[in-house]
Amino acid sequence: MSVLVDRDTRVLVQGITGHQGTVHTIQMKQFGTAVVAGVTPGKGGSVVEGVPVFDSVRDAVAKTGANTSCIFVPAPGAKDAVLESVDAGVRLCVVVTEHVPFHDMLVMYPYARSKGTRIIGPNCPGIGAPGKAKVGIIPNVVFRPGRVGVISRSGTLTYEIVNGIKEIGLGQSTCIGLGGDPVIGTTFVDALPMFESDPDTDALVLVGEIGGTAEEDAAEYVRHQFTKPVIAYIAGRSAPPGKRMGHAGAIITRGKGTAESKVAALEAAGARVARFPYDIPQLVVEAVRSARR
Amino acid sequence: MVKLAEWQGKKVFRSYGIPVPRGEVARSPAEAERLAREGKVPLPCVVKAQVLSGGRGKGGAVRFPNTPDEVREATADILGLEFKGEKVREVLLEEKLPIVRELYVSMTLDRSQRLPVLISSAQGGMEIESVPDGSIDRQVVDPFPGLTGYEKRSVSKQFGLTPLQARSVGGVLDALWKIFVQEDAELVEVNPLAIVGDGVVALDAKVIIEDDAAFRHPEFAEVRDDRTELEEIAREKEIAFVQLDGNIGVIANGAGLTMATLDVLKEFGGAPGVFLDLGGTDDPKKVSEAFLLMARAEPAAVFLNIFGGITRCDTVAKGLVEAMGQVPTSERFPLVARIRGNNEAEGIQILRAAGVTAISDLREAAQAAVEAARRRP
Repeated sequence: MSVLVDRDTRVLVQGITGHQGTVHTIQMKQFGTAVVAGVTPGKGGSVVEGVPVFDSVRDAVAKTGANTSCIFVPAPGAKDAVLESVDAGVRLCVVVTEHVPFHDMLVMYPYARSKGTRIIGPNCPGIGAPGKAKVGIIPNVVFRPGRVGVISRSGTLTYEIVNGIKEIGLGQSTCIGLGGDPVIGTTFVDALPMFESDPDTDALVLVGEIGGTAEEDAAEYVRHQFTKPVIAYIAGRSAPPGKRMGHAGAIITRGKGTAESKVAALEAAGARVARFPYDIPQLVVEAVRSARR
Repeated sequence: MVKLAEWQGKKVFRSYGIPVPRGEVARSPAEAERLAREGKVPLPCVVKAQVLSGGRGKGGAVRFPNTPDEVREATADILGLEFKGEKVREVLLEEKLPIVRELYVSMTLDRSQRLPVLISSAQGGMEIESVPDGSIDRQVVDPFPGLTGYEKRSVSKQFGLTPLQARSVGGVLDALWKIFVQEDAELVEVNPLAIVGDGVVALDAKVIIEDDAAFRHPEFAEVRDDRTELEEIAREKEIAFVQLDGNIGVIANGAGLTMATLDVLKEFGGAPGVFLDLGGTDDPKKVSEAFLLMARAEPAAVFLNIFGGITRCDTVAKGLVEAMGQVPTSERFPLVARIRGNNEAEGIQILRAAGVTAISDLREAAQAAVEAARRRP
C-alpha cells in the first residue's frame, strides 16, 4: 500500500511538450511510473519520449486509461487544464504550475471535490512512492523504499529532508509536497488520514512553513486522531511579519501564521519538533525506534 | 501584492456603485489650493496622505482645513512627511460629511476553509486588529451561489440599521463581493463605512489585488507598491527577493529552503539581509541576474544554499562560477556555498578552484558565512 499513487497509477502529462513537461516525463519514467499519455492542444498525434500526445484529456483517457494527471500548463491556463481533467474523470490532479491565482483555485477546488477528483498543489513538487510511482518533480535520487511518510508545504526543502531520511538509513512510504500557495487542493488535514490508514507508514514527517493556520489545524488532528509518531519542522522562524517569503502563502499577517504558534501547537499535540532541518533524520530514527518498542 | 492607494481604491469602489465622498487628488500645495478655490472640493474638507500604511490620523497625515489657504498649508505639511518610511507624494482632498456612526466591512480569503469570508463589525474606524474578537462577525461565502440575501441581512441586523440604511449596506456588500471576484482581490476593506443620513459612504478604501492574477489586470500595472527599488527590479525579473535588516545575503532554490537557511544563519549569530529565492530554475542567465541583483544590495557576505536534485551539483557549480564572473570586481562579495546532492564532490571542487568557500554540511557552511560577514567591515 501507499498513499494516492501505486502500481495502478497511469499518468497523463498536461503540457508534456514544454521544457519542464518533457524533462519530468523522462524523470517520472525513470522512476518506474507508467506515463501513458501527454496532452497539448494542437499537438495531438506527436510522440514525446515514447509517450503518445493527444489534443484533449478526454481522448487521452479514452485511449490510454490514464487516471492521474500531472499538470505543467502555465498559470493562465492551469484552471482550464484541471477542469478538463476533472470532467474527463481523472481521479488525481497534481498541479506543478506556480503562480496560479488563488481565485482560480476557489473555483477548481470545490468543483473537483464535487466530482470526486483530488487536487494536489498548485505550486507543488507532487507525490512519490518509491518502488511504485512518482507524479511531479521530486528528484528520483532522494527516494528509497521504506516506512516513513512525508507531507510538506515546501519544495526543495522537502527534497533535502527526504534525502536526509534516506542518508540516515531509512526510507519513505509516500512523500507528498502539498504546495506553498494560500489555497491548495490537499492540506495536511486532508493528507493525514491517508497516512493514518496506510499500513506501510510507521511514522510521519510534517514540514510546515510560516503563514496561514494549516499546521495548527494539523496539530489539532494529530492530537485527537493520529496514532503514529509525528516529526515536524517549521521553516521561517526568523521571518519578519508582513514580508512575503517567496511563496504567496508564506507571510505572517495580522499576528497569525507565526512559527512559534505552529511549533507550540505541534508540540502540544505530541509531535517531535525539529529546530533545524538537519535535526529531522535523527528524530525520525528515535521516533521509529520508540514506536517499535 | 498590488496594494492600491486610497484614491485608486475609491475609483474602483465608485465604478462598482459604492458611495464615496466627493474628492480630488493633489500632488502639490498649489494644486490643492486651486481645487478648493474652484469649488472642486467643498469646504471644510479633509486632506489625507496617500500612503499604504495605516494609522494616518494619529500620525498627522490627515488634516481638516476650512479655507483654501489652510488647504494649501495642510497639503504642504503632509507632502513634506515621510510616513512610516514612505514619502508622501499625493494627497486626497475630500468633502467632510456629517457622520452618524462608523462601521467595518471587508471581503478576504479564509485560507483554512478555502473560501472567501465576509468580515463585519459595528466598531468601525479603528484598525480591525484592535477590535475585540466578540465584536467581529465572520461569514464564509461560497463562490457558488455567491453572496446571499440572508448573509447580507445578518450583517445589517448586527449593525442595527434602519431599512433604508440596510438597503444601502446591502448594496455595498454586493459590490464588495463583485470587486473581490472580478478584480481578483486579496482584500477589499471599507473602514470606516460611515452612516450618513439614510445611507452609507465609504470613507476609506483598501484594495489589494492578487499578484498572481496581475496578468488579468493590466490596468493596475503601474500601481506603486511598498517594495524597495531592488525588490521592484527583482519582481520584473521574476526573482523572489526580499530585503531584511541584516548584512548576509541568502540565495537558495525554493522558498522553504531559503527560509530554513535564514533560520540556520540566525542560529549561528548571522543577520540575514536579503532573501533571494531562485525558485526551481538553474538557468545560468537567471543565476547571474540574481548575483548582480545581490551585489547591488551590498551584502557583507553571501550564503548560497543549493540542493542539486534533478540538476547535478557540478552543473550548478559551473553556472555559479560563471555568474560570479559577471559581477564587476568592485562589487564582488565573499561567497560561501553549501552545495548538496547529485555529484556534490565534483561541484565542491569546481567552486573551490574558483576561490569560493564550498562546504556540504549546512551547519559548517552557515558558520563560515557568519564568519565571512564578520571579517568584512
